[in-house]
Parts: sequence; structure tokens; C-alpha cells
Amino acid sequence: MATLEIRDLHVSVEADNASREILKGVDLTVKQGETHAIMGPNGSGKSTLAYSLAGHPKYTVTGGTVTLDGEDVLEMSVDERARAGVFLAMQYPVEVPGVSVSNFLRTSATAIRGEAPKLRTWVKEVKEAMARLSMDPSFAERNVNEGFSGGEKKRHEILQLELLKPKIAVLDETDSGLDVDALRIVSEGVNRVRESGEVGTLLITHYTRILRYIKPDHVHVFADGRIAESGGPELADKLEAEGYEAYTKGGVSL
Amino acid sequence: MAEAQNIPVGSTTAGSIAVAAESTVATRMSAPPSFDVADFPVPHGREEEWRFTPLERLRGLHDGTATATGSGVKVAVEAPAGVTVETVGRDDARLGRAGTPVDRVAAQAYSSFEQASVVTVPKETVLTEPIRIAVHGEGGTAYGHQVVELGAFAEAVVVIDHTGDAVLAANTDYVLGDGAKLTVVSVQDWDDTAVHVGQHNALIGRDASFKSVVVTFGGDVVRLHPRVAYAGTGGAAELFGLYFTDRGQHQEHRLLVDHNTPHCTSNVVYKGALQGDEAHAVWIGDVLIQAAAEGTDTYEMNRNLVLTDGARVDSVPNLEIETGEIAGAGHASATGRFDDEQLFYLMARGIPESEARRLVVRGFFAELVQQIGLADVEERLIAKIEAELEASV
Repeated sequence: MATLEIRDLHVSVEADNASREILKGVDLTVKQGETHAIMGPNGSGKSTLAYSLAGHPKYTVTGGTVTLDGEDVLEMSVDERARAGVFLAMQYPVEVPGVSVSNFLRTSATAIRGEAPKLRTWVKEVKEAMARLSMDPSFAERNVNEGFSGGEKKRHEILQLELLKPKIAVLDETDSGLDVDALRIVSEGVNRVRESGEVGTLLITHYTRILRYIKPDHVHVFADGRIAESGGPELADKLEAEGYEAYTKGGVSL
Repeated sequence: MAEAQNIPVGSTTAGSIAVAAESTVATRMSAPPSFDVADFPVPHGREEEWRFTPLERLRGLHDGTATATGSGVKVAVEAPAGVTVETVGRDDARLGRAGTPVDRVAAQAYSSFEQASVVTVPKETVLTEPIRIAVHGEGGTAYGHQVVELGAFAEAVVVIDHTGDAVLAANTDYVLGDGAKLTVVSVQDWDDTAVHVGQHNALIGRDASFKSVVVTFGGDVVRLHPRVAYAGTGGAAELFGLYFTDRGQHQEHRLLVDHNTPHCTSNVVYKGALQGDEAHAVWIGDVLIQAAAEGTDTYEMNRNLVLTDGARVDSVPNLEIETGEIAGAGHASATGRFDDEQLFYLMARGIPESEARRLVVRGFFAELVQQIGLADVEERLIAKIEAELEASV
């Protein structure tokens, strides 16, 4: 069973020639089949955690470890992490002009699976996955994220999640900017992947709204670069009622 | 759409973009067109038409010191039956009809060549196989002149390949009779030491169509002037260009579409990728719509993809409109950077870095390559683009 272990993770960013510590000792274990919601106010470091796990060059790990089934994730390049089974659904997916969605998906699936998917089954697989996400078939011929609406970008991210079947899925504010219909479609996609029991999900969100659709096993409150409190789904209800004030007051609200 | 002249152009991202100043095609040249090199002063480098070009790397083509050597270039013409291929002297009346040299090097070439090659496709002859012209540099200096003429309603494809090492100044005339259709693919696949300067003049007959595909991969300095004018109404020009400028290379394409005749069309698309220190691409796109040229429809576009730091692009589109009675006129120029966020996104989906770069560059050129319409040329270009990327990533 795949397990992602984050131990005492410290991460800094360079800004204005100074190094600023964003993550200040994060401890978290995510196992295959589990869903962890990470909730917190803006600036608490949630997205930094997501991008650090994926290996974004902007973030420098200054301490701690991240392992996937004992393998050192921090030693891996960005593409190696993806091939090892770590998937990041991005809050702001990047436009790639001139590269069609279908070409991108097939190149990616080939890299992740280690061999090119057979064309006939692949076309069917993509078509069905797109239909489940209410995506028009013409979508496949558009350039990656170019001119996509906010909802289309997120559906495209979840489409990749369904096709690439990672061991650990990090969903960075996938719910932000979505209307209720889009949120439902995207959540259903995430739930289909979760129901396989083969993915550990790290659901990063500012709002409790998405937790009505995706039920977490564990809820963690993120504040000032570390996990301030952990609990079960009831912790989300408390946050819904009381907000983040209890975690930010007294501390520095970034 | 004819509301403005010298429409300024912006850059979408980082990369150097020059914006045309208030000037016209004519006033920006330091001397009027002429066949005689003596009519052009030796450029010093600050002239508008020379300011992007490294004169010191032209090996004397610009100042009269480059003398032709015995073994300059070898030219081999392979033509299907029905085509006439002749080697003629300087006094042949068929030379120089499609256009007049516009700068000193083109005039030097016209003043210096000893023999010219004339390829003629008789009227109503429709070729099913391309005419292939191989220009191979043998390490020397050469001046040349080439004429390709299509009679009325003739159809032909000409593929010109430039390879090897040479210092070459040469002009080419394309003369299209009424209703003729000519596609020319000129590939500059020189060794990295070659210098190639030249002017391509096309004169498009009534209802004729001309498609030019200029592909520049090699050379130390390549500076070409693809130019088009119309001899009758209903002419159509498509000018496509593709360049891949590597470390230290200077590749310059200076286009002019002279809409001197009513009801003609032109479509210009040039795309370039650059990588490596001191890679320098220059694109000048002049479109002139003369007062008489009512019903003109024209569009020109230049796109550049900068793959690494240290490369430089100068892209200057310029549209001059002297009549409001046109069907359409527009232009666009953009220089984009292959940015780290794109790379991260693709790599975060398991795609290795070198493949991610290939994916983006291939995508960038694909749309243009597909418009060429010649399967073997398209395949060759894709393979060449891949090789260029392999060589450097």
C-alpha cells in the first residue's frame, strides 16, 4: 500500500534577495485509499506544500523529508515524481500554446505508464473520461489550457487525474472559482478516482463547500506554515461555523 | 480597416521587439533600387536597412572586397521533361525582370555574376514532379543569379537546397505568367560557417498564385529579401517562413509585398525558434498598399519562440496603406518565451524535460508546416526541427 510520508518539512522561497521560510515543519502521512483535507487561511502555506511536493523550482526545501513508499521524493526531478505516482492538480494550470490536449494527454500517459497506450483503447478511454466530466469531444483538439474558462481548466486537471491514476493526488484549490455545477462535476471525478481505493488524496482548500461533495477521512488545519490541528470530518464543521480566527489570532496573519 | 498607417505592434512577453518608427518603405532605404552596385554607398551599419546586420561577418560582400573564387558554389538543376534549363550570359534579356536590387549586396551580386541560370516551364505545362535545384557551397565566394519563369497557366514546384560552406550573394527572379501556379521551397541548410545574402523577387501575373516557403536553419549569417509584386489583377501570394536560429547565428528575413495592382491578395506567416547565446533573428515585414491597389486583402504575421536566455529577436511589421478601398489589411507580431512554468506543467505530468521542449516547439511550428502542402518537404522539416532540438537541449 502506497504511503506518502512528510516529516518536519521546511520550505523557503527567495524574494527580494532574502529567503523567507513558508513551511515550518510539516508532518503528515497519507496512505493509499485515504482522503485528507488540508484547510487554512490564505497565506498559510497550503499551496507551497502542494508545489513543494511536485518539485516546483521556486521552492527550496531547507529541512525534513518526503518519501513515497520509502523512496526519497525530494531527490527526484519533477517528471520523476510524476512517474513515481505523485500528481498535482494545479490551482492555476499553465497554457501550452501549439500543443493539443489529445497530444498532451497521450504524451503524458506514455511517460507515466512507461509505454504508449494502444491507440484504439486509448481513444475510447479518453472519450469516455471526457464524457463523464461533461467535456465536449472538440476539447481534445484545443491547445492545452489556452482560452479555457476556469471550469474547463479544472475539469481538464481532473481528466488527467482520471487517466494517469496516480498513487497520491494533491488537489490544490481545485474548487476555487467554480460554480456549483462545475464543482459537482469535478467532485464526482475526484470521487470516481477515490472509489478505486488506489489513490491517497490530499485535498487542499480554503472553503468547506467542496467537502459536501468529497468526504474526507481526516481534516487538518494549516496555519503559519504547519499543521495546527488535526481531526476527523467534524473539524470541518467547526471551521464552517467558526472560521479560521482561532488559528490566526495571536499569530502573524500572512 | 484602412484607418491607420504604421500600426504599432506590441510584444506579448519578454524578448526584444522593435517597433517601426514613423517612416515609409521608400524613405527607410539609403538609396533607391538599382542594378549597379556603384549606386549604393558602402554601409556603415547605422542605416535602417543594415542596423540589425553584423557587417563584420559579411566577409566583404557589402564593401566590394569579396572577390569570387573559382570553386564557390556548385549548382545542379534536376528538372522533369518539358522544362528548359539554360546557362546564359549577363546580357540575356530575361534577367532582372522581377525586381531591382534594393541594397548594396544584392546590387553587388547583380553586378558581379558571370553566368545566370534560367529555368523555364512553358505555358500550360503542369509538372507532376518538382524541379530540384541543389546549391552546394565548396568553401569559396560566389555571386549568382537565377531565373525561374512559368508561362501562362503553367504549374510547378521548385525546391532549392542550399548546403555546404560558402560566401554567397545571389538573387532569384520568379516570373509567373497569367494564371500560373508556382510553389518555391528555399531551404538554407548551410554549414554554420556560411554567409548567404540574397534577394528573391517574384512578379505575379494576372490570376497567378505564388507560394514561397523559406526555411532557414544554417549559416553564420543568412540575410534574405523575399519580395513580391503583381503584374496583373487577381494575383495571390502566400509567403511562409520558418527559421531555427542557434547559438551565434544571425538569420534575417526582410519581406516586402508591394500591392501595386488592384484585387490581389497576400498572406505572410513567418515563425522562428531561437536558442543559445547570441542567436539573433530579424524579421522585417513590409506591406505596401499603393493608391491604385483597391480591393487588396493582406495579412502578415511573425511569431518567435525564444527557448533560452541570450537569444535576441527583432521583429518589425510595417503596413503602409495609400487607399481606403481595400478588402482587408492586418498584421501581428509576437515573441514568446518558453517559460519555466510551461516546463514545470509538462514535467509534472511525467514528461521528461527534453521531450517537453520538443512538444512545445513542434506544436509551435506544426500549423505552419501543415500549410506547405508538400508531404516530403513537411516530413523533412519536422525531422530537421527535431534534429536542431536534439543538438542543443
